[in-house]
Amino acid sequence: MTAQHSHDGSPGHARTIQPIWLRISHWLNAVAVVVMILSGWRIYDASPVFKGFMIPLGITMGGWLGGALQWHFAAMWLLFFNGIFYLVMNAVTGRFARKFLPLSPRAVLNDLRLALTGHLTHDDLSRYNAVQKLAYLVAIVDLVVLVLSGLVIWKSVQFPLLRELMGGYDRARVVHFCAMALIVGFIVVHVAMVALVPRSLLTMIRGR
Amino acid sequence: MKSDEPGRKASLIAPELDRESLLIDARRELKMPSRRLFGKQLISLGGLAMLTGCSLSDNKSVETFLARVSRLNDGVQGWLFDPNRLAPTYTRAEMTRPFPFNAFYGVDKAPVVDGDDFRLKVSGLVASRRTWTLPELYALPHAEQITRHICVEGWSAIGRWGGTPFSEFLKRVGADTSAKYVGFKCADDYYESIDMATALHPQTLLTFTYDGETLPVKYGYPMKLRMPTKLGYKNPKHVMEIFVTNTFPGGYWVDQGYNWFGGS
Repeated sequence: MTAQHSHDGSPGHARTIQPIWLRISHWLNAVAVVVMILSGWRIYDASPVFKGFMIPLGITMGGWLGGALQWHFAAMWLLFFNGIFYLVMNAVTGRFARKFLPLSPRAVLNDLRLALTGHLTHDDLSRYNAVQKLAYLVAIVDLVVLVLSGLVIWKSVQFPLLRELMGGYDRARVVHFCAMALIVGFIVVHVAMVALVPRSLLTMIRGR
Repeated sequence: MKSDEPGRKASLIAPELDRESLLIDARRELKMPSRRLFGKQLISLGGLAMLTGCSLSDNKSVETFLARVSRLNDGVQGWLFDPNRLAPTYTRAEMTRPFPFNAFYGVDKAPVVDGDDFRLKVSGLVASRRTWTLPELYALPHAEQITRHICVEGWSAIGRWGGTPFSEFLKRVGADTSAKYVGFKCADDYYESIDMATALHPQTLLTFTYDGETLPVKYGYPMKLRMPTKLGYKNPKHVMEIFVTNTFPGGYWVDQGYNWFGGS
């Protein structure tokens, strides 16, 4: 936590903060997740899990249940394969260890305190602070839970092990909804943070 | 202490400058009009609004793309389908009471079929194209199941059906089990079709009773094809004709955009 921050790397060489594969994967994921959420909301409305709680149709995608299902079962392929690509690339390039580890509860609490008191620096965008590391890890796990619970809803007969893990077909729907709520919460905070540090958006587009 | 150098980066030496630096940083980035607009467009809900309300009828090429993906999903589901995997079964105590009525019309419009006049037609790629009366069908080997009916809308209900195993019936009429599809025509103008693998599944039941009583009108009298390996809309009620074919027969909801395989 006491690393010396250099300004934009060695002279004459702009350091790439986010490699091209990561940036492409990030934006493909963003598209996939948005389509899954908006079409998923319309599917939810067809038979709300929580009685009385409906999502306004105007902010859903697909036009009707049939359309929403078509979008949902199309975007799922993008989410899934792009997700596999992201996880594999992070592992084999060593990026996962570099960016996300080490991570400790103390570091998270410390950085959270710094952030809430306006003292968290962002002059080196190549490093994630502890709160970021935790948030991104939670988002990754959450998306995995979304996919697994989605598989149970889609094919509760063909995936019996997953079904039992989720507590049955009906409970899988609740897991799916709660995991969706969490990812929506993550997106809201994520976009707000990007708005606070616009340079991070640029690094995710041009890499530095 | 305030920094009077716009380009100065915050450091750990003077942490009270961080907030100032952040603001200076943000203002500089957003001073460029293109960046401001870009930021606005990305972060505004306008971008999202373009996606919402996007319905099937908006764009022909989008429709075609989505339909193609649905066909691809049929193939994937056919590959995932295990002909030996049984759907969960339940006890009488777990049945959903009352079992819901669901159709593309109200319950008062459900067709009333005359059981005495009724003749089940069997046609297509079968050896025996004879018709069947209800007593003849009731005399066939009997089986029961208490399984979960899952609707494409998301809800489900556990019900109890009795009838004759469909794979045995297909063999009895000499159906070509290498054919691709089994199609159904119903008294309420509903129609559906299934893959042969599912037709031969041990839990696919041509049912005549619900919870031990003759199938009521609202649940599909005189017969309903029950498949716990498929979603509700794939389980046709008021079946009048069964045919075996290699020509894709489609389905009532399928032809409107719902997935054909509809496997659960």
